[in-house]
Amino acid sequence: MSDVSQPVAHPPVNDWVHDFDHTDPQWTEDPFPIWDELRAASPVVHTKRFLGCYMPTTYEAVREIANDTEHFSSRRIIVRDVRPEVARNAAPPITSDPPVHKPAKQLLLPPFTPDAMKKLEPRMRAICNELIDGFIADGKVDAAARYSKYIPVRAIAHMLGIPESDSDLFINWIHMILELGIKDESKLLEAVHEMSAYFSAHIEQRKTRPTDDLISYLMNAKDKEGNPLEDSHVLGSLRLLLIAGIDTTWSAIGSSLWHLAKTPADRERLTAEPGLIPTAVEELLRAYSPVTMAREVVKETTISGCPVKAGNMVLLSFPAANRDPKMFPDADKVVIDRRENRHAAFGLGIHRCVGSNLARMEMQVALEEWLKRIPDFALDPAGTVTWSQGTVRGPRQLPFLLGKAM
Amino acid sequence: MTERLRVHVDPDKCQGHARCKALAPELFELDEYGNAHEAGDGIVPPGLEDKAWLAKSNCPEIAIDVTEE
Repeated sequence: MSDVSQPVAHPPVNDWVHDFDHTDPQWTEDPFPIWDELRAASPVVHTKRFLGCYMPTTYEAVREIANDTEHFSSRRIIVRDVRPEVARNAAPPITSDPPVHKPAKQLLLPPFTPDAMKKLEPRMRAICNELIDGFIADGKVDAAARYSKYIPVRAIAHMLGIPESDSDLFINWIHMILELGIKDESKLLEAVHEMSAYFSAHIEQRKTRPTDDLISYLMNAKDKEGNPLEDSHVLGSLRLLLIAGIDTTWSAIGSSLWHLAKTPADRERLTAEPGLIPTAVEELLRAYSPVTMAREVVKETTISGCPVKAGNMVLLSFPAANRDPKMFPDADKVVIDRRENRHAAFGLGIHRCVGSNLARMEMQVALEEWLKRIPDFALDPAGTVTWSQGTVRGPRQLPFLLGKAM
Repeated sequence: MTERLRVHVDPDKCQGHARCKALAPELFELDEYGNAHEAGDGIVPPGLEDKAWLAKSNCPEIAIDVTEE
């Protein structure tokens, strides 16, 4: 693997507007003032890092790019230090452009409708309560490591039909792909290779013993000519479902609990009015959107009056768009009963997150079950909250004290 | 007589966020892919006007029209 690039440390950022870096520790810790600074400077900013990358800073510029598949390709969806050759069927449909995108997306949609998610809800409530049983008597917990982390991974494992007990294996692959992989190509390749081998074994088993799960569903799916999907397509989509379904919602649940831990008024209101939780979930998704996507500029164009040139990547920050005060009054405040909320946490346009209904259900159930049993909790002053770096932002360490005696 | 409202989902704009179905289940339906369309002829029954406006103002794709007739 001598052609694989070695990781290089990034120099610190002194000029955010002309040299931004979404892997910088300052961005990881508190990106919101940085986004405000960039937005005040221009609707589109550029950095020479990552072999050249733009970032739209306004909601409108993000929407323009998300809806423009002619100039902006999804063949690369993570902004990284390197740009190796694009693999065919990398992770369809998230890495697909029109016209192949639509049929690949439509295959995945039926298992993720709101009605399909309702059937999963009892299993999710049971998982949440099992997790809470594991620490509630301790009086304190790392809620990221012992609660928010395991809800989405067990849900998607349940849907795929793979053992929930392999959760830690999946979480490690995702860490290697989405975080370490930005700077270390070999880690990414290693994880993709292991995932493919893992799923190939499950596919083999189902050839003789079909099951009622997403793996069998994809194996039996037909393309628009009525032919079975290529093996590489099935594997790519399985990798996507596992990667996209885990640390995204882990982050969203974690950020929501972090907000409630430090905001007693919101916590007390949601405990007293659980009917408000779905509305609050939308606002928490807006304010702490976990997922930043990417595009590659394939044809020169203009976005919000700014020229963008082919060959550059685009950091498509839905989280920054959701903090644009032109779109959202009091954009920097969490208003848990916000009535009008066209937030873009699940993306905009044809690449709208396939799992958005699953993520919403998980967040609602996770907050409902937590608040029922733990209405009082706070950040543990003896501990430190840490955040993940790069593509998906959320707390990875979330030390809480539980109960009233805090 | 007060004006009545009619809702309509533009199928070319809808991407299946399903916010309308969550906020105004009486006025919208989802197909097998989770994409939305108005229930029946889209006429908003009396008392549900507020939900019609709420659905419109929460659609991330700006796919919902509410017209007064």
